[in-house]
Amino acid sequence: MSLRANARDFDLASGTVRELNAALHQLDPSTSHYWRVLNPKGRHSIAAGLDVDATVEIEGNVGYYCAGMNKRATVLIKGNAGVGVAENMMSGLVHVQGDASQSAGATANGGLLVIDGSASARCGISLKGADIVVKGSIGHMSAFMAQAGALVVLGDAGEALGDSIYEAKLFVRGKVQSLGADCVEKKLKDKHRKKLHALLQKAGIAGQVDIEEFRRYGSARRLYHFHVDNASAY
Amino acid sequence: MSDYQNIPPTPPRFSASFDEHTLAEIRRAAATGIYDIRGGGAKRHLPHFDDLLFLGASISRYPLEGYREKCGTNVVLGTRHAKKPIELKIPITITGMSFGSLSAQAKEALGRGASIVGTSTTTGDGGMTPEERGHSSLLVYQYLPSRYGMNPDDLRKADAIEVVVGQGAKPGGGGMLLGQKISARVAAMRVLPEGIDQRSACRHPDWTGPDDLEIKIAELREITDWEKPIYVKVGASRPYYDVALSVKAGADVVVLDGMQGGTAATQEVFIEHVGIPTLAAIRPAVQALQDLGMHRNVQLIISGGIRNGADVAKALALGADAVSIGTAALVALGDNDPVYETEYKALGTLPGAYDDWQDGRDPAGITTQDPALAARLDPILGGRRIANFLSVLTLEAQTIARACGKSHLHNLEPEDLVALTVESAAMAGVPLAGTNWIPGKPAS
Repeated sequence: MSLRANARDFDLASGTVRELNAALHQLDPSTSHYWRVLNPKGRHSIAAGLDVDATVEIEGNVGYYCAGMNKRATVLIKGNAGVGVAENMMSGLVHVQGDASQSAGATANGGLLVIDGSASARCGISLKGADIVVKGSIGHMSAFMAQAGALVVLGDAGEALGDSIYEAKLFVRGKVQSLGADCVEKKLKDKHRKKLHALLQKAGIAGQVDIEEFRRYGSARRLYHFHVDNASAY
Repeated sequence: MSDYQNIPPTPPRFSASFDEHTLAEIRRAAATGIYDIRGGGAKRHLPHFDDLLFLGASISRYPLEGYREKCGTNVVLGTRHAKKPIELKIPITITGMSFGSLSAQAKEALGRGASIVGTSTTTGDGGMTPEERGHSSLLVYQYLPSRYGMNPDDLRKADAIEVVVGQGAKPGGGGMLLGQKISARVAAMRVLPEGIDQRSACRHPDWTGPDDLEIKIAELREITDWEKPIYVKVGASRPYYDVALSVKAGADVVVLDGMQGGTAATQEVFIEHVGIPTLAAIRPAVQALQDLGMHRNVQLIISGGIRNGADVAKALALGADAVSIGTAALVALGDNDPVYETEYKALGTLPGAYDDWQDGRDPAGITTQDPALAARLDPILGGRRIANFLSVLTLEAQTIARACGKSHLHNLEPEDLVALTVESAAMAGVPLAGTNWIPGKPAS
């Protein structure tokens, strides 16, 4: 019998987020688990701080910081996500089937965040190594000060993409309204095509979009050393 | 006919506005086109704890015997929400300073010293090192806008979490760590290329304003199963409102840092012209807690220019629960020590004036990542010096408290204080010495 068939249900109509998270934190780390969370109704910090081989399906919309600092776990959100979904994620997979609000994947260090819809402003802000795939579009100031990892956008990007970016890699298929300070378009080389293909594959959409339609953006590295001639860029 | 030769000469008159420092700074700015960056806190003269005096006991008050009667010093932090509040044996903590801005030896020494006397030390903008955790019996983990090095494992290893909104040297400002201090290890901890000038954001990436902060604090509690005390640190600017909003957001502890509080690297103009003095910040902060009925329920930690036991006692008498030290701890470790006079002169400065903590050439091996310089600081000896200094601060504060008839440092109160100047009387809300007049309040 599959894990999913044995899923444990936790109903937030009767239990609290605190009880849910405490129970998830106490799961046996040596085995796999499958949980379903019912009636999330936009509550904050659902499935935050997981560090276990578990799949958590959330049956509806979530509020702020769902799957915050996630490690190892797979969190599937069957709805929209509020601010900071998968913020500071370390590993694992967080999948939003709807849209995501601001700061999706903020400061995330590892793992994969997939957003089936669009993400609002500051998607991937201060990204530190995780990968983010957004099937729709992203808002302004996305990938601000992004340090490492990749942000893949099948739709458009808003203003000031990649402002003050460090070494993160940005791939956008649609239009970019504007690039931020020190962010420039770069050549899409074979190694980037391979990386992009791998990311799309992990997101389950390899072959559904043409990799040649993407453009790559990254740091011009002009702001890496503070210089008076760059003062207007800061 | 006048006799010009007999007119007394007028000596050269220097401008008070265009003084020697100002003139030099204008010339430096004209030559370089860039503002001055330095470490440390405000250097200008400010109303401070020196402007207050304790009254001591006499006929109307009964003192405690200095060497026999107990004067308690402990403080418990995080009693509001945390399952595991922390108890400090003394109400003096070590403030947040990063590995990166400080050498690993300096961080270890701070941890060792704090642990010897039973108090806490604090990480900084760059994450937690295993050495720091290992040598600190009580460690506060800072949660900063950059989130450099932030991870849930270290969050759970911490004894408390400090959400840093700002600091006294630069309320509203971000940070910068210049490339010469971004060693391979520092770069790896922060996920940055080695040797670049590292910028830190001034705003958190995933929350804005007090309503969001409340949700963020709740998330941190969820991740750590509501065990850890959660502090909110603010730079002193509008302390009444910032403290009230921190309490509203759910803080267990508020850390309030005045403009004398140090920084690793900030623009001189920011350090000297933004924020308010520590003395001016305490009473509005305490008032906010009292107005909310949360004084002593949410603990208040004061920092920025704490140098001796009298400063500790005065901060507590004004209503703080504890204080933090940073600059004084670095001096205790050897910062600005005359023993390095020759090297300070080679850097174009003097012992006592060295503030180029940002450039990584600290002769004392404290604010550097240069292995040869850092090796000068023995962390075991340094830890002993920190412990000695913290013990002296405590003994001095106890001496004053006993003289005021107090059996615990927390029993000190504003009524024990008077002010030497009208300004300090108004800021601290205590009478001008020899009068019953508190500026802004009717005479009683």
